[in-house]
Amino acid sequence: MSTAAVTDKRPSTLRAASLPRWTPWAIAAGSLVLGIGISLAAGLDSHIQWGLIAAVLFVLGTYGVAARVEGRRQAKDRVATSLVWVAFLLAVVPLISLIWVTAARGVKVLDLHFLTHSMGVVADTEAGGGIYHAIIGSLEQVGLATLIGAPIGVLTAIYLVEYGRGRLAKAVTFFVDVMTGIPSIVAGLFILSLMLIFEMQPFGFAGSLALAILMMPVVVRSTEEMLKLVPNELREASLALGVPKWRTILKVVLPTSIGGITTGVMLAVARIAGETAPVLLLVFGNPFINNNPFEGAQASLPLYIYQQFANSAGSGAAYDRAWAASLTLIAFVMILNLVARGIARWKAPRTGR
Amino acid sequence: MDISTTTDVPPPAAQRPVAEHKRAARGATRPGDRIFLGLSRGSGILLLVIMGAIAVFLTYRACLAISKDHGNFLTTFEWNTNLQPATFGIAVLAFGTIVSSVVAMAIAVPVAVAIALFITHYAPRRMSGPVAYVVDLLAAVPSIVYGLWGALVLVPHMNGLYGWLDDFFGWTGVFSWDQGAPRSMLTVGILLAIMILPIITNVSREVFRQVPRMHEEAALALGATRWEVVRMAVLPFGRSGVISASMLGLGRALGETMAVATVLSPSFDIQASLLNPGGGTFAQNIASKFSEADEFGRDALIASGLVLFVITLVVNGAARLIIARRAEYSGANA
Repeated sequence: MSTAAVTDKRPSTLRAASLPRWTPWAIAAGSLVLGIGISLAAGLDSHIQWGLIAAVLFVLGTYGVAARVEGRRQAKDRVATSLVWVAFLLAVVPLISLIWVTAARGVKVLDLHFLTHSMGVVADTEAGGGIYHAIIGSLEQVGLATLIGAPIGVLTAIYLVEYGRGRLAKAVTFFVDVMTGIPSIVAGLFILSLMLIFEMQPFGFAGSLALAILMMPVVVRSTEEMLKLVPNELREASLALGVPKWRTILKVVLPTSIGGITTGVMLAVARIAGETAPVLLLVFGNPFINNNPFEGAQASLPLYIYQQFANSAGSGAAYDRAWAASLTLIAFVMILNLVARGIARWKAPRTGR
Repeated sequence: MDISTTTDVPPPAAQRPVAEHKRAARGATRPGDRIFLGLSRGSGILLLVIMGAIAVFLTYRACLAISKDHGNFLTTFEWNTNLQPATFGIAVLAFGTIVSSVVAMAIAVPVAVAIALFITHYAPRRMSGPVAYVVDLLAAVPSIVYGLWGALVLVPHMNGLYGWLDDFFGWTGVFSWDQGAPRSMLTVGILLAIMILPIITNVSREVFRQVPRMHEEAALALGATRWEVVRMAVLPFGRSGVISASMLGLGRALGETMAVATVLSPSFDIQASLLNPGGGTFAQNIASKFSEADEFGRDALIASGLVLFVITLVVNGAARLIIARRAEYSGANA
């Protein structure tokens, strides 16, 4: 940020004594050495403890040195800066570990055979088998959920932006916000209560309905933002030419914002594709290939990961499959995300000027 | 007389455009307009109906179960829905849900705020874009993958930390450890913290970006250090935004299912120590009890889900109200 530039450009004659730029690195190295030394002397064996001791020494050292040379306020500033950096590094470690482990363990069994075979004749504890049935299930459930959730979400957003005045619009806005926070398992329980009332057995479409409920508020939110970006002049120009409002929306507003809407829908799809809980309750899981989402239990990728983890009694082959399925799922979600962002950048509405 | 005529003239002139405007707004006279308005308003109403239906149907099935509960639904420390008479209660689940979420919040909020500050105010400009992008992508990693990672990678790495906490803080009781597998509330809380970190970071970052430049530059001009700028200009402006971001994260943590179900080794009692395995959460209990539950057992699980629904509703509603209040203030600031 330019704050740094401002500080650097200050003429040095007006400045109080300041530490050279390499000071933080020197203190870091010193406290690391000291921390390891103390840990070895005290016989601590956990590397986390070494790191913690070194970190405490670093913060204390920075404060002490800076307070002596530059004064209290500068010392506090330095400590805050180092704390922010430490928080950042602290958060990055597990996240990198997650991606790294998934990729490293996932590639072990991930091949064409894995992608094109089901678990029909393979016990959960044996090696072999694959995720074909889970991919089919996921695609069908998420596809159907999108067919239901996306149009309703987009239409609701159109209502809120183009027509919405008064109490109904306010209520819809508030409940869309609240709905965003519904736990996925509650959406699953809702459909489950309906299934119990109508005495139905698990099937793929039931999962789609729960996923659609989870998807709608996300689509409404993002579409709303996009529609608000469309300049009012475009609407007014169209209306001034005598074009009816509904044609203005269909022919002017939506085409202008279609990139953003597509992005929003794809991000919502990416979100529901990873949902496990409702699928666990409503679709139940099935080692065999079932192409019909309207009858009989199906599998799905996230559910497959959970079941490989939970039903395998610690079998290595099942864990390998779980990691490989995780890698497939992450790849799917990430590609959706990247494509969505690409579309957003490519089709960004050119507002004004 | 003159004065009264001059004051009488303006109102009709001012009213006429309003009346025309109203007619135009109301004027869904063309069939296409009427259909389109009906469709879009219908979708909005459908969303409200779904929310209502969720509440109604969950309550209906929950009442079926609770009416046959032999124990007290709120205070019983048991979950036996297959026995006659059935005895079940949510005390353990409520406790576990709150404890794991509190641990997650205690870890995630400070770190998330620091990362948001890092992105907006501390990182070198070339770095802040990619970091923000990566955090965005991490919000999209499915929870089941976090769960798998937590159970197979995080849990084995917790032993050292647990032993250390037990050595130094075991006397508090909260951190005493019986050398069991570290599949306990602390590990769950840490995993939940990692999961909600991107959400809180993203919302806080947006709020910190909106801090008026003038406020920051004024502070700098008065000779403030960067930390003083953050403390005096950025944090006060962003406070309500950070609170609502945290509550959104809290909503996620409360309802998280798979990550808890894979990591926790559950039991139906309350552990005083965060480090000893046991306890459970609403969502985890539903996921792990579901497969062996008969119809009555499912109703009982729905009853516990209803409690979770109400809790998240309250948390999210509160978060939204805070954001709405902030919007009014920010108008004054602009």
